[in-house]
Amino acid sequence: MTDTTSDTVSVRFFARLREELGTEELTMAAEPGLTAGAVLEQLAGRGGPWAQLNGDQPVMIAVNQTMAKAGATVKAGDELAFFPPVTGG
Amino acid sequence: MISIQQADFDAGAEYQALRQSGPEAGAVATFTGLVRASGDQHGVTGLFLEHYPGMTEAVIEQLVNQAEERWSILAARVIHRVGYLPLQEQIVFVGVASGHRADAFAACEFIMDALKTSAPFWKKEITREGEHWVEQKASDIERSETWD
Repeated sequence: MTDTTSDTVSVRFFARLREELGTEELTMAAEPGLTAGAVLEQLAGRGGPWAQLNGDQPVMIAVNQTMAKAGATVKAGDELAFFPPVTGG
Repeated sequence: MISIQQADFDAGAEYQALRQSGPEAGAVATFTGLVRASGDQHGVTGLFLEHYPGMTEAVIEQLVNQAEERWSILAARVIHRVGYLPLQEQIVFVGVASGHRADAFAACEFIMDALKTSAPFWKKEITREGEHWVEQKASDIERSETWD
């Protein structure tokens, strides 16, 4: 029996990124040793609006709802999120 | 206590609740943020506010914990609204009850400054010409760093 969610990481997008990518959430295969930065690179390779993920504009990263750096490793079942710098208050 | 909500709040009722923080409460400092006409653009008619459910609450909880470690606080209350908010609506409330004014002022200001640069909220300004996601301000980052 295979639980597909256990083989993938979910990737969420917020605010301007969510709108410009036209994507709220997607899933990716959880390769061993995968990092948040590697996910960004892979997604940026799709081109078009996705290229901004490794462009000049800063992209904030959260792993399991905690702020993280590009070098953070992500494993199966993790929730990764990418978003612009925050502007609340 | 932390609330992220679409609904408006009663700042007066929140102040009254903070007043009831016990016999040692000698000061209550509150801050309320409002939607104004001039932000990144002029002629703002409203804001759309987005957040990251779960993470936003957790980040604010950590900020309140940091404030409690740093200052003598009896109670803290944070309310942040999300969704569409027209001009002049209330956006955010931060209130702190303490024994003395210095702790109440400092903790209230710290929570507000740190919230602006670390809690996952995003504002979109709406004008008659269109919509525009607000950019993070260097001045907000600098202000937040003064607490480090």
